[in-house]
Amino acid sequence: MHLHKYEKIWLSFGFAALIIFLSVVGVSAFHQGHTPSGGLQKVDPDNLEATPPFDSPGVYEKEDGSYEVIAIAEAFGYTPTEIQVPAGEEVTFKVTSKDVTHSFSIVDTNVNMMVVPGKVNEKTHTFEDPGTYLIVCNEYCGSGHHFMSMEIEVVEQ
Amino acid sequence: MTAVSIPNPERKLALTNLGIAYTAFIIGTLCGLLQVFIRNDALQLPAWLDYYQILTAHGVLLALIFTTFFIFGFFQSGMSKTLGAFGPKVVLWNWIGLIITTIGTVMATVMIVIGEASVLYTFYAPMMANGFFYVGLALFVIGTWVQSFALVGHYRVWRKANKGEKSPLFAFMTVATIILWVIACLGVVATVLFQFIPWAFGWQDSINVGLSRSLFWYFGHPLVYFWLLPAYIAWYVIVPKLIGGKVFSDSLARLAFILFILFSIPVGFHHQLTEPGIASFWKFLQTVLTFMVIVPSLMTAFSLFAVFETRGRELGGKGLFGWFTKLPWKDVRFTSIFVAMLFFIPGGAGGIINASFQMNEVIHNTLWVVGHFHITVGTPVAMTFFGVTFWLVPYLTKRVFTRSLQRLAFLQIITWSIGMLLMSTAQHVLGLFGAPRRTAYTGYQHEDAQSWFEGIISNHVTMAVGGSILFLSATILVFIVIQLTWFAPKAESVNQEIFPIAVSESKETPKILENWKVWIGVAFVLIAIAYTVPIMDMIQHAPPGSKGFQTW
Repeated sequence: MHLHKYEKIWLSFGFAALIIFLSVVGVSAFHQGHTPSGGLQKVDPDNLEATPPFDSPGVYEKEDGSYEVIAIAEAFGYTPTEIQVPAGEEVTFKVTSKDVTHSFSIVDTNVNMMVVPGKVNEKTHTFEDPGTYLIVCNEYCGSGHHFMSMEIEVVEQ
Repeated sequence: MTAVSIPNPERKLALTNLGIAYTAFIIGTLCGLLQVFIRNDALQLPAWLDYYQILTAHGVLLALIFTTFFIFGFFQSGMSKTLGAFGPKVVLWNWIGLIITTIGTVMATVMIVIGEASVLYTFYAPMMANGFFYVGLALFVIGTWVQSFALVGHYRVWRKANKGEKSPLFAFMTVATIILWVIACLGVVATVLFQFIPWAFGWQDSINVGLSRSLFWYFGHPLVYFWLLPAYIAWYVIVPKLIGGKVFSDSLARLAFILFILFSIPVGFHHQLTEPGIASFWKFLQTVLTFMVIVPSLMTAFSLFAVFETRGRELGGKGLFGWFTKLPWKDVRFTSIFVAMLFFIPGGAGGIINASFQMNEVIHNTLWVVGHFHITVGTPVAMTFFGVTFWLVPYLTKRVFTRSLQRLAFLQIITWSIGMLLMSTAQHVLGLFGAPRRTAYTGYQHEDAQSWFEGIISNHVTMAVGGSILFLSATILVFIVIQLTWFAPKAESVNQEIFPIAVSESKETPKILENWKVWIGVAFVLIAIAYTVPIMDMIQHAPPGSKGFQTW
């Protein structure tokens, strides 16, 4: 098959760009730990009240000084209804759904998690700046989807 | 290539497909217009209609129905043109397929209209629509398969009669697109038949949500290539003829289509990057495979501009860019498609951002995504289809695309471009701020959310102006289609519209490119590598299933 000289140059450039892009993404993901939210833990969506940790949603300080937020999404809101975490500390969000698919997305951060019933989604984030952050549901979940939001308070330590 | 026109049975088939496509188009764009005004708070819907119903209709009618019916109308005309008249069986099965597709369409649309299926066109479980919505979807896909197999049957007849010859490029590309479509649909058919239908009719209590999402996206990504490849056919085969040139390289064109079959299917996880239940390794592997489509995309870009430059120089263009001015800009059939290609440059770049693993978190499910598909399927694909419409409809109806209609067509593509530019730019910017997609309106009581809409570009007015211009443009287009179908003057033999097919030199083209068994085999190997382990895991380690919810 005949390839024009310029086309060879063009495609080599394309391949090189591809390799560089993918290496950057790969190193960032697996060496520096910047993977998107995820997790392989399962739960029974009909029985969250009796399943730790979702039997008591809330904010917990762990032994190593980091924080854990356990939250449940449900049409059209979140439990707990108030979240307060300190700035500068690692916060791990663990979220699941009681009914349909939602999201738990904190505006102005990279916390943008799909919340799928039966699964627990996890994401760790450190808030650098104190303030009030908006959490929205960005996966269509029904007639009240555009009302589904809450705020998270990040306080100075 | 003796007769100018294709035989009557094919003309009727293609015109029926195009007629349904444009009916869906005008209703779908009207829904889009209503949406921008509802979001703007300028419009209150009556109690029996709600935003999410309209949003579902907008997505289904434009992304699925307009595109699919148009594509089959285009394929039927082109296959008859390049391979010869259809036999009676091919005609019959095309009709049967078309009727099944239409029944499915009507069934799903009725369910949406009566409010039984406000689940959007992604219909994510465990939101549960009326069972007949899913039956409609299944019939829609099966109908397209029947039409697909009828066209493949026609192709096989030609191959038998022309042993050892390479098929015409148009037919090759049609078959490649059909192979892609049939393999892609396996996922959605599996989830609809074995998960959604038994669950929605109450034969099964619960549904495996994670599995249904992955099967949907196994289909959902190649779906966009099913829209795009017919546009590429027009770019590779039709456009060179319109400007008086020939196909740059037959073998490269065929290779590009093969690569699209291989690399558009085992990549669905890049739509699920931010969700639980899939290990990072598999998400990353599919990200790598996703990026491979950059190769055929770059090949396509090179080929097209090579044709433009070669032809422009033949016409006397001098210097580095002189050839550019020599192109036939006054021919709306060419200009429309050229502008469509330009839109695909930011569209493709945005796609790379979306698929970039961790970068996806920045834009996932924000208005950015909505902006993205309006400058991919909404303009490059749709406007290429408009460009094809301008000659295909008069070709089929044997009428004349008059000067005044051509001027109107220019107005149409200009308004479409401006409207899309305004609206999609606003959507991209809002998405970067974090504004979510698919919301009736955005009334969050938070200063961040309130500041989203205060920008020069990122405000409701820009989106509403864009949306209004787009609907105006859609109306002009449908007016042109109606004129070309029933009212434009009848063509004489001298001014009969032609079906532009560029010459493609296939003597040097390697035979292996048309050995479908090989490529289908490779495609399934790649799919097996990318999907077997994670899908098995979803089935074997499934959490308790979900019952159905109707939250609208």
